[in-house]
Amino acid sequence: MTVEVTRTDEGLRLARLDLFFVELLRQIPVSADPAESEAARDRLYPVATSDPQANADWRAYVHPELKEMFTTASDLVREDLEDFEQLDDTNDNWAFEIPEVHFDQWLNVLNQARLALAARFDFEEKEMGLNGPRTIETVRDLSLFQVHFYGFLQECLLQDLA
Amino acid sequence: MGNGDTTVEKESSTETALDFPWNVVVHNDPVNLMTYVTMVFQRVFGYSKDRAQKHMLEVHQQGRSIVWTGVREPAESYVEQLQAYLLLATLEKSQ
Repeated sequence: MTVEVTRTDEGLRLARLDLFFVELLRQIPVSADPAESEAARDRLYPVATSDPQANADWRAYVHPELKEMFTTASDLVREDLEDFEQLDDTNDNWAFEIPEVHFDQWLNVLNQARLALAARFDFEEKEMGLNGPRTIETVRDLSLFQVHFYGFLQECLLQDLA
Repeated sequence: MGNGDTTVEKESSTETALDFPWNVVVHNDPVNLMTYVTMVFQRVFGYSKDRAQKHMLEVHQQGRSIVWTGVREPAESYVEQLQAYLLLATLEKSQ
């Protein structure tokens, strides 16, 4: 499995993607949605204090703003993900470019996805510190691989922003 | 989580002294990348890279860092901004 990452004038280009990685990229906004997972929702929308009344206010006033921001970023990433380019007819050579003007939204949505997945599957700190699962046999393994792959993309974006 | 000293960032205001001070605390989580957390501190607080890294390491090694102290309203705004970047940030009254 190979992914080639290069900087272009317009953004960050990912190439030599096979269908597995194409699907992992398409899953970013899906994974970012906490859906029915209470653990994921609590992680993306935490409270702010130990005071129950202040937290009720936080949920009422701040969480809707956060949700709007996260959803806007996620929608934008979803739109970007409609532009895969098939470079030959092998199905192992797709390319995709993250536009520079969307780097911040991509960082945010990649983080939403990583946090939601980690909360959903309750990954331990040692799992996060490794290079990812050695084999992918379960949905949990696949999700851990996703978290690491999305982290790799974040590092690429952060390196550029720095 | 360690028990080392925590560096406190302070900002004073005479107009709202009765409400002073509130701490903006960032808590450790194993998911957010260290480089990402450093960038967020630079962006939200305008900290230098060194200062931002110092707080990031405090979060990583001690489990939490007080990243700003001051009156409640801006402290709440900072917590909201940090949560928008998906950091685990809370507000607490300074002891």
